[in-house]
Amino acid sequence: MSHTHDHGDHDHEHDHGHAHPVRIDHDDRPLGYYQIMATAVFELLIEKGVTTADEVRAAIEAMDGRTPEQGARVVARAWTDPAFKARLLADGSAACRELGIDMGVTRLVVVENTTEAHNLVVCTLCSCYPRAVLGRPPDWYKSRAYRSRAVREPRAVLAEFGTRLPNDMTVRVHDSTADMRYLVLPRRPASTEGWSAERLAALVTRDSMIGVAVAKPA
Amino acid sequence: MRAHHDMGGEPAGSVELTEHDYSLWEKRTDALLMLLSDQKRQLLRVDQLRRAIEQLGPDAYDRMSYYERWIASITQNMLERGVFTAEELGRKMAAVEAGLASERKAGS
Repeated sequence: MSHTHDHGDHDHEHDHGHAHPVRIDHDDRPLGYYQIMATAVFELLIEKGVTTADEVRAAIEAMDGRTPEQGARVVARAWTDPAFKARLLADGSAACRELGIDMGVTRLVVVENTTEAHNLVVCTLCSCYPRAVLGRPPDWYKSRAYRSRAVREPRAVLAEFGTRLPNDMTVRVHDSTADMRYLVLPRRPASTEGWSAERLAALVTRDSMIGVAVAKPA
Repeated sequence: MRAHHDMGGEPAGSVELTEHDYSLWEKRTDALLMLLSDQKRQLLRVDQLRRAIEQLGPDAYDRMSYYERWIASITQNMLERGVFTAEELGRKMAAVEAGLASERKAGS
């Protein structure tokens, strides 16, 4: 994770009287306090009949199935179908539903990159992310550095991702909330005239849909 | 005064482009939130998850990893709702830890 994981100096005191050092999130390490808590809560919720192991497994598999390829499919469709693009920009959640992507009650706002303006997505207060379209967020998206600086010095943050924009291009930063998630519609790369949506989708990266990068060149 | 989690615009270091594959306990924690907040259960809303995360305090907030904050918040919310008690949780955590210790012993 992007947070500091040098926990060696910290022992967490808890109400049952003994301290547990918190360890980093690697599978080959002994479990830390919160990992033990996670297992305990999982087992308690099953014992109490709140959920079942099968439901939890199914929920994990469903989330594992949500990947940036879904978002790439949405973007490539918008690049090849102007009517779909218009619907996507008008109501992102409804347009995604057409492609079998369920946003639930969350509102998806799709913002379009143009020759004049580039869009960047952040969640300064927590880690709101269009999970239904892109899957679980990368660690850096949840980091203090990204959350703090994206709204104040977006060009400097973009440069750290290797993305340099013309000085006269407007940069718009969108701060997500729990109920409203943003997805960037990147610009279609040059020299892709006549490409199929499938071929175009391979140029659409996760980072280009967050806005820290542009789509891959043809 | 600004709360600790409200960091938009604050100075901070460069963005470390780190990513990791989530481990099972993290995916499970993620799944528990989805299930507890679904229409069938309605035991936890995202704003309630955030409230308990934001109440962790600045020190814990920075020290804990993302899903450590989540499981701490989920647990706090379940305790508040009386889904399970602190005693039940303490007993279960001790059992999980003892189970792991004996697994390690058997494995060595």
